[in-house]
Amino acid sequence: MKSKSELVATSVFFAGLKSAELEPIIKLVFEKRFEREEILFFEGEATESLLFLASGVVKIFKTSPDGKEQILSIAHPEETLNEVPLFNGGLNTTSAQAMMQVVVYMINKRDIEMIMRQYPLVASNVIHILAKRTRQLVSLVEELSFKRVNGRLAGILLENAVRDGESGAKLTQRDMAAMAGTAREVISRSLKAMEDDGIIGFDKHRLIIRDREALKKMSQTFS
Amino acid sequence: MYIMKPEIDKEKCDGCGLCVGVCLENGIMIVDKTVVAIAEVECDWCGICEAVCPNDAIRCPFQIIFA
Ligand code: SF4
Ligand code: SF4
Repeated sequence: MKSKSELVATSVFFAGLKSAELEPIIKLVFEKRFEREEILFFEGEATESLLFLASGVVKIFKTSPDGKEQILSIAHPEETLNEVPLFNGGLNTTSAQAMMQVVVYMINKRDIEMIMRQYPLVASNVIHILAKRTRQLVSLVEELSFKRVNGRLAGILLENAVRDGESGAKLTQRDMAAMAGTAREVISRSLKAMEDDGIIGFDKHRLIIRDREALKKMSQTFS
Repeated sequence: MYIMKPEIDKEKCDGCGLCVGVCLENGIMIVDKTVVAIAEVECDWCGICEAVCPNDAIRCPFQIIFA
């Protein structure tokens, strides 16, 4: 496990600062331990300090209204756990729970703000960190919605498929989009992905289901 | 041989010509302010004309079949 000074010296938050500048920052850091399964912070609570994970693994999750837990990420040592709500001035957007014994180093919000005013370099580091988080979240959203559309599309294809020679419904990509509740562009992309995976094939105006089982699985998992 | 042409709804088409411009096969023409698809070209059912049409007037429906 890194010591407070090692963690501060290597953290992306303070990258570029000289060791003389790091000294006073290290003094502002305090340590806290959590046992396995203990909650570090709850969704909806106010954030008072920035948490650097020093050792152990932490589960970052959200709880849906019906009590289901969705894990957003697993944080590893040297990651910060709550920079988004901290700088947003708002409440925690997620909860965090220790998955084993955990040590965190913390800096109070007002201290971090003071450091940022003193060293614009730190503020620019923070922008980089937040931009990276945004990117991660965008790809998470994309992945979730893409999977869901794939699942719905798989169901639509199965429901409307017939044996060769039989007559069945003919669907345009626009029709499929309307049925799946999405845009035509999204359907195009899903069809292309399924084609690339060998699940379906195209023969001009015929859409051929090559892997019925794979479609079934997709429609059951995400719909 | 089955000749493929996108389905055109002359009621909906306002002759804007967008589909004509995007078809890589030059498979679409405007005649008398409405669109017609010509059979002689190799339409490959790419659906680009459908994608650009603001009026849902040109369509490339798929028959979905089990292999
Ligand atoms: S489906 Fe493609 S090739 Fe066929 S008419 Fe439309 S744009 Fe042209
Ligand atoms: S894009 Fe649509 S409305 Fe415009 S000419 Fe083509 S079919 Fe007609």
